[in-house]
Amino acid sequence: MNWLSRTVLPKIKALVSPEPAKETLWIKCGSCSQMIFHRECEDNWNTCNACGYHMPLSPAARAQLLFDANSIESISVITAEKDPLGFRDRKKYSDRLKEARSKTGDDDAISVAAGEINGNPAVIATFNFSFMGGSMGQTVGNGIVKAARQAIQRQAALIIVPSSGGARMQEGILSLMQLPRSIVAVEELREAGLPYIVLLAHPTTGGVTASFAMLGDLQIAEPGAIIGFAGRRVIEETVREKLPEDFQSAEYLKEHGMVDMVLPRRDQKRVIGSILDMLMSSQPAKAAE
Amino acid sequence: MRQFLDFEKPIAVLEGKIEELRHLSSEGDINIADEVSRLQSKITKELTQAYAQLKPWEKVQVARHPDRPKITTIIADLFTDFIPMAGDRNYREDHALISGLGRFRDKPVAIIGTEKGHTTEDRIKRNFGMVRPEGYRKARRLMELAGRFGLPVISLVDTAGAYPGRGAEERGQAEAIARSIQACLNLKTPLISAIIGEGGSGGAIALATGNRVIMFEHAVYSVISPEGCASILWRSADHAKDASEALKLTAKDMMALGVIDAIVSEPLGAAHRDPDTAIKNLGDAIANELAEVEGKSSQELIADRRAKYLKFGSDDI
Ligand SMILES: [Zn+2]
Repeated sequence: MNWLSRTVLPKIKALVSPEPAKETLWIKCGSCSQMIFHRECEDNWNTCNACGYHMPLSPAARAQLLFDANSIESISVITAEKDPLGFRDRKKYSDRLKEARSKTGDDDAISVAAGEINGNPAVIATFNFSFMGGSMGQTVGNGIVKAARQAIQRQAALIIVPSSGGARMQEGILSLMQLPRSIVAVEELREAGLPYIVLLAHPTTGGVTASFAMLGDLQIAEPGAIIGFAGRRVIEETVREKLPEDFQSAEYLKEHGMVDMVLPRRDQKRVIGSILDMLMSSQPAKAAE
Repeated sequence: MRQFLDFEKPIAVLEGKIEELRHLSSEGDINIADEVSRLQSKITKELTQAYAQLKPWEKVQVARHPDRPKITTIIADLFTDFIPMAGDRNYREDHALISGLGRFRDKPVAIIGTEKGHTTEDRIKRNFGMVRPEGYRKARRLMELAGRFGLPVISLVDTAGAYPGRGAEERGQAEAIARSIQACLNLKTPLISAIIGEGGSGGAIALATGNRVIMFEHAVYSVISPEGCASILWRSADHAKDASEALKLTAKDMMALGVIDAIVSEPLGAAHRDPDTAIKNLGDAIANELAEVEGKSSQELIADRRAKYLKFGSDDI
């Protein structure tokens, strides 16, 4: 599996490998193998200065990247029932949750924060792929509903940054129900006349793309991010056809009309700031449609 | 020729015996009536026992049974004056998704459904019931039309899932599903959804975000196929049976989890043994659900749907 070993595995390794001992460590770029001093990497928002490859970015760093300095306010998300189905595969879901919590220090795969972007009020909900593949269960759904409601309350823009393998299988049908649930949240926001921007980070697939993540007023994707409904392997097995190298990449999606732009991290705050300046310059539009 | 599932083997043997007796009696003048009726009652007993305690994995087999009533059959039986409508006005006609107008017990309604196909040729034409983006876009077109003309929408779901293909991805399968769910949520008229066989993940919820959702007794509804789940979590599709249990995908589970509003009972030996009775039961169930939402305003219907789907999680957000 050429593509898998080349692009996905390094990213997954980068996500699961322990925090490097600060000061001393060099980070190897998952794409061009260049050794990058960790400080330099952080200064570039986890992008490779040699090839521009975008590594995973933590929700906290994402907030730092997008919000104006000193404007960030963290918003708590209620944790839903732990293990509604009593799900067990080779491991118990409750144990997987515990592990993910101790590994990430987060309650679940979503973080919500409020602040300002270029002085425009905004709420950002960010997925954390290192928490069970960023999968969407009831708590992640809570986070999306909370983010939309906070945006409405604050008359703020909503930005969601998905990075997710899809619905959380361990919550069975209840995770599928997060598709309509998250869309209800987005509809409430639209009715309040507030902008909704989706910033697609690597990877965003399955039930997450088939719901709130494809319904933004603007769709922005990070360079190289894989975005799609079905996984590459599933498609290859179904159609028995060799897919293009860059299939489902952000750039490929843009060429197929599925996203507005592919935006490297260094430009994201500036461009999103300009968009919000324009969309939020007049009185909030009254309930659209 | 009837197809038997693994757990139906004892029934296959008994039915074989009856066949044999009939064959013998046609040659001589033996009286077989007593023996046949003894075997028949044994079949009834076996079927009752087998179907009363189906394991989730057996339900999956029943839900996928090739003789399970197809959506086109259901439409022909339950709706009069059916007028099919084709195309998404954008790219092409998707034969996996049926849509049209018709009358349900005299009242005009809009109908959308997924069709797996009857014969091999038909199955290929229908893409085995796996819908592409244009199918979901056609469904959305029909829902918008139904909303403008005040027609309730009945959606009938039997799909393994949305089609995973190159073209489907390039034309925005994810976006098409998301917009279809959005159309369901914003529909100004009642939406009654029925899970007929397989309710496969995003491909199903795209059409089943209804005010009322009903499900056949032996249908299954799941976020992922047991095979897909097993290959990811157990690292082998051989564990599909384990996954089918863990996923909680039966109609009884859906009722307990608040996902569906009613279970439609199936005749003895499931819908594939007696499609007419199954379809009649479905018709009665749809009529019941329509009566539940009759007289509600557009705003109430939209608010009801939102409340229904917001409840899958914490409410004190
Ligand atoms: Zn590099």
